[in-house]
Amino acid sequence: MRIDGKGRIDRAKPVTISFDGRKLPAYKGDTLASALIANDIRVVARSFKYHRPRGILTAGSEEPNAMVEVIGHTNQTPNTRATMQEVFEGLSVRSQNRWPSLGFDVMAVNDLASPFLSAGFYYKTFMWPRRFWEGLYEPLIRRAAGLGRLSGKHDEGVYEKAWAHCDLLVIGSGPAGLVAALCAARAGADVILCEESSEVGGRLLSDDGMIDDVPAEVWAAQALAELTALPNVRVMTRTTVTGAYDDGTFGALERVGLHRRPRPNLPRECFWRIVARRSVLCAGALERGIAFENNDRPGIMMASALGTYLNRYGVVPGRNVAFFTNNDSTRATARSLMAAGVPVAAIIDSREDAPDEPGTVVHKGAHVIGSSGRMGLTEITVRRGTTDFRIMTDVLAVSGGWNPTVHLTCHMNGRPVWSPGLAAFVPSEGAIPGMLVAGAANGSFSTHGCLVAGAEAARASLLALDIAAHDMPIPQADDAPYHIAPLWAVPGKGRAWLDFANDVTVKDVALSAQEGFASVEHMKRYTTQGMAPDQGKNSNVAALAVLADATGRGIPETGTTTFRPPYTPVSIAAMGAGGRGMSFAPQRFLTSDQASRDRGAPMIEAGLWYRPSYFPKPGETTWREACDREVRMVRGSVGVADVSTLGKIDLKGRDAGRFLDFVYTNTFSTLPIGRVRYGLMLREDGHVLDDGTTARLAEDHWLMTTTTAGAGLVMRHLEFVHQAFCASWDVRFVSVTEHWAQFAVAGPRARDLLTSALGAAPDLAFMGVRAATIQGVQGRVFRISFSGEEGYEVAVPARYGEALFRDLTARAETMGGGLYGMEALNVLRIEKGFITHAEIHGRTTAFDIGAAKMVSAKKDCIGKAAATRPGMLGADRQQLVGLMPLTDTPITAGAHLFAQGTEVKRETDQGYVTSVGYSPTLASHLGLAFLQNGRARHGETIRLVDHLRKIDVLCIVADPVFHDPKAEKLRA
Amino acid sequence: MPDLIAKPALGTAPVTLAATTLSECAWTQITAIAPYPGQDKALARALKPLGLTFPAPNSSQTKGDGMIVWTGRAQAFLIGAAAPEDLPAAVTDQSDSWVMLSLTGPQARSTLNRLVPLDLRHAASGQAFRSALNHMPLILIVDGADAFRLLIFRSMARTAWHELADALTLQQARIEAG
Repeated sequence: MRIDGKGRIDRAKPVTISFDGRKLPAYKGDTLASALIANDIRVVARSFKYHRPRGILTAGSEEPNAMVEVIGHTNQTPNTRATMQEVFEGLSVRSQNRWPSLGFDVMAVNDLASPFLSAGFYYKTFMWPRRFWEGLYEPLIRRAAGLGRLSGKHDEGVYEKAWAHCDLLVIGSGPAGLVAALCAARAGADVILCEESSEVGGRLLSDDGMIDDVPAEVWAAQALAELTALPNVRVMTRTTVTGAYDDGTFGALERVGLHRRPRPNLPRECFWRIVARRSVLCAGALERGIAFENNDRPGIMMASALGTYLNRYGVVPGRNVAFFTNNDSTRATARSLMAAGVPVAAIIDSREDAPDEPGTVVHKGAHVIGSSGRMGLTEITVRRGTTDFRIMTDVLAVSGGWNPTVHLTCHMNGRPVWSPGLAAFVPSEGAIPGMLVAGAANGSFSTHGCLVAGAEAARASLLALDIAAHDMPIPQADDAPYHIAPLWAVPGKGRAWLDFANDVTVKDVALSAQEGFASVEHMKRYTTQGMAPDQGKNSNVAALAVLADATGRGIPETGTTTFRPPYTPVSIAAMGAGGRGMSFAPQRFLTSDQASRDRGAPMIEAGLWYRPSYFPKPGETTWREACDREVRMVRGSVGVADVSTLGKIDLKGRDAGRFLDFVYTNTFSTLPIGRVRYGLMLREDGHVLDDGTTARLAEDHWLMTTTTAGAGLVMRHLEFVHQAFCASWDVRFVSVTEHWAQFAVAGPRARDLLTSALGAAPDLAFMGVRAATIQGVQGRVFRISFSGEEGYEVAVPARYGEALFRDLTARAETMGGGLYGMEALNVLRIEKGFITHAEIHGRTTAFDIGAAKMVSAKKDCIGKAAATRPGMLGADRQQLVGLMPLTDTPITAGAHLFAQGTEVKRETDQGYVTSVGYSPTLASHLGLAFLQNGRARHGETIRLVDHLRKIDVLCIVADPVFHDPKAEKLRA
Repeated sequence: MPDLIAKPALGTAPVTLAATTLSECAWTQITAIAPYPGQDKALARALKPLGLTFPAPNSSQTKGDGMIVWTGRAQAFLIGAAAPEDLPAAVTDQSDSWVMLSLTGPQARSTLNRLVPLDLRHAASGQAFRSALNHMPLILIVDGADAFRLLIFRSMARTAWHELADALTLQQARIEAG
C-alpha cells in the first residue's frame, strides 16, 4: 500500500504497467518491486526448485526472489530483478518459473516431495541406469527447475561498449562515496562516480536521517548538484561496477534504455571499461537474514528493504509490521514506520540486553520459530525461553546484521578478513592495487563513520595522485554504535531457508557436512548455495556460518568461497556490443570489389578479405562449371585476377639483403636488380612460416610479398627478428600491402594483353620486374606466375586499382579471356603443385614440402638449426605428393592415407590430404597430400579414406607438379 | 595525366550526428620516413627546409600544408608535402595505404571513446597516437580537443566508417533521450 507523504516518487506522473497481463498503476520513480508492493501483490515469483510462492525480499540488485521476464516488442529479457527494473509507461512483465500461473503452480508438487529432494538427491537418485542421465533425467530436471525463458530469437537490441578514464573512480554514492567524490572533485581530480541505482545517495535515501541539520536526502541532492556542476566530474547513475581487473581497469554495466520506453538507436545497456589511476570502493553493505522455519513466505523481507520501500518509494507491503533482529540497525526503520502511521506489532530481538523501543513491545532474547500463511504471511510464532506465542502480522522485517560488500576487493585473489566485532567479513587491505575501501563496505556502519572514511580515502588517493587536497569539514551526522549478537539460524526441525534463489536450507548445508563435503567450496557445489543469479549475496556468510557450526570449525577457518566477476549479471550482448553478424570482424574490400560484384561473383572471406569465388556466366548452374571454364580460359587464352591481398613489405637499407638472407632459407643478397626470387621463411622451430617472392627493385630497395594469411604474421616476425637480433642493421621496412592494387594476368595470351594495356610489349624474362607507366600511372610489372602459365602481375597505387581492373578485364574479354576467381586460382595452383597455407600449415618443414635444397648451406637463417634436428628430416617424415584417384571420384581434403592391404586404423595412418580440386586440364580429380616417405613412392597405389564423408578410393601417388613439369610454359 | 580514374577509398558524403561530423578527407600524399641508424641529426637537417623535425613519440608537427606524424619506432609519416630528395632514411610512399577520416564536434571524443582505448581527456593539437579503432589498426592525429583525424587501412575504410557512424548514431540517441 502507498503511504501518503513518503517517498521520492513523482506522484504527478502516473504510469501504467502490466504484470502477468494485469494493468497496474504506478508512479515515475517506482521500481517494479515498489509498484507491486503498492498494488498489494505479495507473490511475485515461484522458487527455483520447490516452486514455493515467493515475495520481494530486498530492494536492490541482490534480490534473489523477485525475478521477472520483461517483454519487449522484439525481445524478452529473463531474470530481471524487479527491484532494479524502473517502471515506465507500457512496461510489460511476466512472472517466471510457474505453470500455469503464479497463484496455482503445478510444479509446487515438488514442495510436497521435498523430503526426497534435498541437496544431493539428483546425484544419488539418477545414477542408474547411467545412460538415462543425459537423455532423460537431466532434460526432465532442467525443465522442472528453472528460471526465466529466452525468446529463442536473436537479440537484435542495440548495445554499446565504451571506455572511460579518470584519476579517481568512486564506486557507490552513499555517504562515503559522495564525500569521497566531493573531496577529490574539489581538489581538481578527474572523478567518475558510479551509482548502481537511478539516484545517488545510497542508504541516505532509504533512512530518514539528518546530515548537517538537513534531511540526509537533501544533503545528498546538494552534493550531487555540486558534483554535476564541476567539469571534472562524471556522475554515472544506473551503472554497476561489475569487476576489478589489472592495471586499474574496471568493468561496469550501465542501464541506458532499460528504464524507459524503447527508442530507436538508444542502447539498452552500455558495457564500460573504466581505467582509473586510483579507486575508492564505497559499495556499502548488504543486510543478511536469519534462517528459521518457513522464513521464505511472501511478506517476510529484509528490514533495510522495508526502510527503502517506505522512505524512498512511499510503499509498505502490509498493514501490521513485526521485526526480527539481532542488532540495532532496525530501530530507525521501526520509528519511521510508526511516524508514518504504520503500526509495529513487536520487535523480536534475540539479544537479552536489547534496548527498549517506545511505541512498541520488544521481546528480548526471543526468536521467531515459524510462520503461517500459504500465499503470504499472516502470523508468526515466537519462542522466548520455553514459552511459545503467536503474533498476527503481515510483514516481518528481518535483520541478521550486515555484510560489507567486499566483492570487488576479491576479484584479484584477495580474501576477506573476519571481524568478530561486526560478525562479518571485511576487505583485506591492498587487495586491489590502487583501491581503498571506505564506509560500510569497510565495516563503518554509522553515517558519520562513512562520511569520515570517505573523506579519508579521498585524501589518501589524492596524495597518491600528487594532487593537493583542500580542507573539507566533515558533515555532522548520526554516529550510533553497531551492536550485534550473531544469530544465523534459529534451531528447529522444519526447513529454514538460507539461499532463497536456489532453495537451499540449513539442513542441506548440514547434510553436506555430514556427507563429507565439509569445505566451503565443496558445500557450495553439493548444495548449489550461492550459485544462483544473486551469487549468494544474501546467503553466503550465513551458509558458511552454518557450515562452520556443523563442522565444529570457526567461521574464519571455514572461510568464504571465491568472489568472481561480475558482481551482478552482465548480458553477453553488452560485452559483445557492436560485434553481431557482419560486424564481428573488420571487412577488407579490394579495389575491384564492386567490379567483381557487378559480374555476379559470390564473395568468399579469405582472412578478413572478401574475394570473388568465381564469375558465373549465363547458363552455368554450378560453381564447378564456372570454375572449369575459368581454368580452361587461363590455360587456353588469358585470365585476370585481383591478387592485391598478398602481403607486401617494402624493405630499404644497405643491410636489407643481409636481413633477407637471415629471414629466408635461401640467399637473396646475390639477386640482381630487376629480378624476383621465390623464398621460404622458417619459424625458429624449423617449420615453414610463410613463402612468397621478393623482388630487388634497386641496390638497397626490395619488395617482399607474403601469403594473404601470412601478411600480418610475417610483418610481426620481421619486426621481432629486427628488434631482437639485428636492431643496429641498416634496414627499415614498412607494409605497403594496402598501397598497391595488383592484378595477375596469366595464360598463353598474357603477353598480348600486357602489350595492349601498356602500349608496348612487357619485355620481361621469367622472374623479372620493372617499373612501368601503366596508362599514365607509375606502377610496376612483375613476371611471376602462380598458375603455371606465362604470368604477369601489374601493380598500381590503390586509388587507380578499380580503373585498371576494369580496363584489364575488358581487354581480356576481347581476347577470349576474362576474370577468374579463387576456385579457379586454387585448381590452377594444385595442377602446378604450388603450395598455400593448406600445405604450410605450421607442422611441415622445408624438407616435407620438397624444398630442402632451398635451405642454403652457405649461410645461417632463422630456423635452420632446428630444421636439421633429428626427426625433422628423413623417410619417416610425411612428404608432399600429388594424388590422382584411379576412378572418377571426388577426393577430399582431410582424408587420410593407408597402404593397400593394411587394416585402416590410427596406427597404420600414413598421411593426409591437404588440397583437392577437379582439374579440367587433366580431366581428373587431383589432390596434394603428405605421405610417409612420399617422394620415394611416386607411382604407388594408396588407399584414401575419409571416415567423415564416407569416401574410400584408391589413388596413384604422383609428383605434385601435374602440369608443365618442366616449366616450359612459365619461361616461354 | 593518367588515363586511369583515381577513386577515393569511400566516396561517401559527410555525416553529421550529435553536432559532430564524420567525413572522408581528400586524398593527400603520405610518405613513410624511417631514419637509418645514426642518421637522426642528418635527417633533422634534411627536414629543415620543410620547417619540420622528426617527431617524438605520440606527437606531430605542422608547418603550412605539411605535417609530420609519429607512427611508431623510428618511423613517421609526412603528410600533405613531398619528401625532400635523398633523405638519410627509408622513404616509402604510403598515400594509398590509408584512408583519412575526420571527426570533429562536441561528441568527437566520446564517440572515439566507444572504439578507441586511448585516454583522450587531455587531447590537444600536436598529439598523435598509434592505437586501434575497435579491431582495426589506427593512427590518430589530434587536431584539438574536439577535432581528430584518423588514418585507417584503405581496405577497412567501410568498416571504420560504419563503426564510427554507428557510434555517432548511438550518441545522438543518448542526447535525444536526455
